[in-house]
Amino acid sequence: MTGGRQRAYAAWCALEARLDGAFGAANPLRHLGALAFWLFWIVAVTGIWLYVFLDTSVAGAWRSVEAISAQPLWFGRLVRGLHRYGSDAMLAATLAHLAREWLAGHAAGFRWFSWASGVPLLVLLYASGIGGFWLVWDEQALYSVVATAEWLDWTNLMPEPFARNFTSRAQLVDRLFTLFIFRHIGIPLALLAGMCVHVQRVVRPATHPPRVLAIGSLAALSVLSVVVPVQSAPPADLGRVAQSLALDWFWMSPHPLMYATSPAALWALALAALAILLAMPLVMRARKLPPAVVSPADCNGCGRCFVDCPYSAVELVPHAMKAAAPRMARVDPALCAGCGICAGACPSSTPFRSLVQFASGIDVPGRAVVAMRAELEAALERTAGAVGSAPGALVVYGCESGVDVAPLAGDGVVTLKLLCVGMLPPSFVEFAVRRGAAGVLVAGCPGGACDFRLGMQWTEERLAGAREPHLRANVPRDRVRVSHAATPGALKAELEGFRAELVDTYQRGGVVPRV
Amino acid sequence: MKDLGRYVLQAVFYVPLMAILAVFSRWPAFDVIQPGEALVRLSIAHAAERRHPCRERTAEELAKLPPNMRAAQDCPRERAPVKIEFEVDGKLVYAAEVPPAGVQKDGLATLYHRLVVPAGEHRVVVRMRDRADGPFNHVKDEKLALAPGDALVVDFNASRGGLEFRR
Repeated sequence: MTGGRQRAYAAWCALEARLDGAFGAANPLRHLGALAFWLFWIVAVTGIWLYVFLDTSVAGAWRSVEAISAQPLWFGRLVRGLHRYGSDAMLAATLAHLAREWLAGHAAGFRWFSWASGVPLLVLLYASGIGGFWLVWDEQALYSVVATAEWLDWTNLMPEPFARNFTSRAQLVDRLFTLFIFRHIGIPLALLAGMCVHVQRVVRPATHPPRVLAIGSLAALSVLSVVVPVQSAPPADLGRVAQSLALDWFWMSPHPLMYATSPAALWALALAALAILLAMPLVMRARKLPPAVVSPADCNGCGRCFVDCPYSAVELVPHAMKAAAPRMARVDPALCAGCGICAGACPSSTPFRSLVQFASGIDVPGRAVVAMRAELEAALERTAGAVGSAPGALVVYGCESGVDVAPLAGDGVVTLKLLCVGMLPPSFVEFAVRRGAAGVLVAGCPGGACDFRLGMQWTEERLAGAREPHLRANVPRDRVRVSHAATPGALKAELEGFRAELVDTYQRGGVVPRV
Repeated sequence: MKDLGRYVLQAVFYVPLMAILAVFSRWPAFDVIQPGEALVRLSIAHAAERRHPCRERTAEELAKLPPNMRAAQDCPRERAPVKIEFEVDGKLVYAAEVPPAGVQKDGLATLYHRLVVPAGEHRVVVRMRDRADGPFNHVKDEKLALAPGDALVVDFNASRGGLEFRR
């Protein structure tokens, strides 16, 4: 199971990598959650417009929707199309988001809350969407509302079958449409509240896609809405049953499935799917990383780890050793991903410390900063021995969740792996260069794909001097490179390009590093 | 220039996605019923008679009750189940005995059943019993002409004479 999932995820990542050429950091497959948020807002805004003109009565609903579609300058068909196609796209993006997170192994471990809080959103999303079709009150609406009613009636929870409302013209009253409207507004509001809960545990949640993706998706949906307008079926007639319907399969697939099997079978399928999804954090094996540990004696309470932690796992509390500082960091192990981004943010995480053994203010057990220094020193010495006495190795720091950098080792290249590139303090780059490295390449995850959300972003900002702790100005920037390569081939190409640039630069400067 | 190329590639990427939205929001058409068929729905929500009849309380029983609760009759709450048979062209297609709803079994007995039949003329017979025992006490027997796509409802409305066929 795990092997199959990993192979499927590798295939997904390969697909993502193929889109990098066109989208770069705005790759839609890496922003599916944010895209779903964006589509929600498109659907919400267009829904408000439609509501202004909708006649919420049995006799007037269909006519009013037709009138909206006929609004001048194709505006009506644009708004209606954005509402319908936007909701179709939101459902598709949400399911793709669910699939990607599952394939990536994000259903368990410290991410359990995000997963578990996302599952009920599927129910709310479906309940929000399917009710919108009923407001049009065409043959498709009648088919859908009767199918839904028959499905709900199987539970026998209501005193009278809901489907009885749709057995005769006399029994269908305008008040029922008021109920439809109420639920079509109320459930999306509940969905929005649920979406806020879903992202509650993460810092800076990705609820806005990159601008180019937002504009592109809106433009694409707009063109679709105008070119292929959404059309109503003939008005609903309770005395007739439509023989053939052009169903919106994104939302209505469960109806034919129910009639092909039974309401009980559909209930069983839906509940089993929900149960499996909810049980996923319990049954799925997630990589368990030890939580970060604070060394009070080395923590000066600067708060950088508090600011940079992507999961709000660090808080600031009164210092245990009052003389050191008024406050210090404290890690909530239940929230900590063990990514080490906090260690990368700590000003005491510097390899220039004179002590042989030292602790960082905040460190990850087994991946302590002092061990990282020893690893780097050993690698540089090893390479120096291998290629001669002169310095000049290329140091490649790679992310364990990204492209494997190990195959690049050799031929003057040393590779070192990190849990996340966010745990690399910029001072290590300076340390490597001072110890003779020709250059340092930091290979992280492609834009939007950072396994720990913000590691790559923080590292880039730190290396660019835009975030503390920053890379000091005395380090030549042409000796530092950041790679977002999504494939081994692309990473190797970037490494070779970097190497060629370094050789060229130093040849012109009269110094040729051994790279 | 490089950005322009990217935008063109992005537009190319959106084309199949939008095509998927356009196609599967309306295709393939779904046949709710086959051509030449009609739909009959049996939809009844009815409070049957009491399972046990009311009885007169004796003077001793009344005397034992608080003054405000001295109703002359003692009527058990439980209602009888509704028994129904549905026959089309002499063939029994549905039969059920539906218990009343509620913990005290004093609520409505509800049933809902859908049946697709060929369009044309049919002899439809519905028999219903809404008392504890005895033969069916409501019967509706009619010849109906159903056109393709007709949706017929069989309901029970005591104020309109009992079982009825509606379109």
